[in-house]
Amino acid sequence: MSVLGQIAEQLQAGEDEQVAALTKQALDEGLEARRILDDGLIAGMNVVGEKFRRHEVFLPDVLLSAKAMYAGLDLLRPHLGEDGAHSRGKVVLGTVQGDLHDIGKNLVGIMLGGAGFEVIDLGKDVTPEQFVSEAREKKAQIIGMSALLTTTMPIMRQVIELLRTEGLADDVQTIIGGAPVSEEFACEIGANAYAYDAANAVDQVRRLILQAG
Amino acid sequence: MQNVIDIPANAVLPWEDAVLSALGYGRSKEPDPRTRELLNAASEQYRNLALPKGLYAASDTAAFAEIYKGEGRNEPVSPLQEIYPRADCLALFAVTAGGPVSIRIQELFAQREFALGAVLDATASEGAELAAEYLEKQYMQCLRDGGQADPKTSILRYSPGYCGWDLTGQRALFAALCPEQIGIRLSASCLMEPVKSISGVMVCGPVEIHDFDNNYSFCEQCRTKGCRTRLRDLRRAAQ
Repeated sequence: MSVLGQIAEQLQAGEDEQVAALTKQALDEGLEARRILDDGLIAGMNVVGEKFRRHEVFLPDVLLSAKAMYAGLDLLRPHLGEDGAHSRGKVVLGTVQGDLHDIGKNLVGIMLGGAGFEVIDLGKDVTPEQFVSEAREKKAQIIGMSALLTTTMPIMRQVIELLRTEGLADDVQTIIGGAPVSEEFACEIGANAYAYDAANAVDQVRRLILQAG
Repeated sequence: MQNVIDIPANAVLPWEDAVLSALGYGRSKEPDPRTRELLNAASEQYRNLALPKGLYAASDTAAFAEIYKGEGRNEPVSPLQEIYPRADCLALFAVTAGGPVSIRIQELFAQREFALGAVLDATASEGAELAAEYLEKQYMQCLRDGGQADPKTSILRYSPGYCGWDLTGQRALFAALCPEQIGIRLSASCLMEPVKSISGVMVCGPVEIHDFDNNYSFCEQCRTKGCRTRLRDLRRAAQ
């Protein structure tokens, strides 16, 4: 098996030390950092995401793989440039104002990071103004919002309305998720996408970035 | 009268099944050795760090009506507004697993120990639920001692942020109960710190008073259906 295949395999097994050692080996062998990232780390993480979607692996497994992903990514970063050229896109992420449930949001952030996106995690209890100003300042393409409480869902609509008011709706797309959120609600408030779980969030963000060109 | 209760941590240690369920494992799914290791580590950390405390204070229908009204942002109709007037007794409550465990969860995520952080998070959430159940039992005992409860009496909890009771209701609840005395603070956005805390009202009476039609608009959006699970458990216990 190639070193890239081994990286992907060890990442799926959540073996962070092995992934780090193999990533170093790949670099020493002269493989391009970008290729190691795409065909080793991200390839492995994609398999984990797919297995998670099919309920073949569970949250702790995904998170062990994510840790392994970061172990490899740390070694690649110096070779990928500091201009964010390795990033597939920039996502501002947060749990909406009035909501403290952030475990799902954290998982989405980890999975997005694992898929090569730059994630700016604003944490929980994030106001519409914070979402929008951070997206503007960091030139993010996507705002990702999470809510667990039905009573905090209206904040998502406020973020989208604020983006329109500020004239950013064409530049910044929105994706929403969380237990009470649905595809219908996303349509109703004008969100660009809805994700039913963390793996699906990665797919949806990929799609949005691709569509935006 | 307010009752502050130091809850023994050992009395509210979460069941492994409950933690696994919170992590998405089905009932028949046996965790692998690595996950079991995480469960054991999280359980040990929870046992060492949890400082569960609770507080409750009896209320009455008129007083609670004002608290429930809050800032006038509740759903126009909600189950709780139908249920609480039928109660024999009401008590405001707050309970927390304590600050150190919440801090530890944040530390674990910051250190990229995501898996252990997630398992500890699930453990602490279940721990807070068990602490609330412990408080319910204390309240029930108090009612029984005072001749206000019989074997058919049951208790269910309701919290701001759920079932049409707007989250801003926390402000009126906190003003009346003062959970600061057990270390729970309310943020400007009505979130509790420590995070692993629960507050609300304990509604006491025959199990039938909690019945309601599941046809509210916010029920359609709710995926947890926690009220149904708790009501089902209550019915089982009453049989």
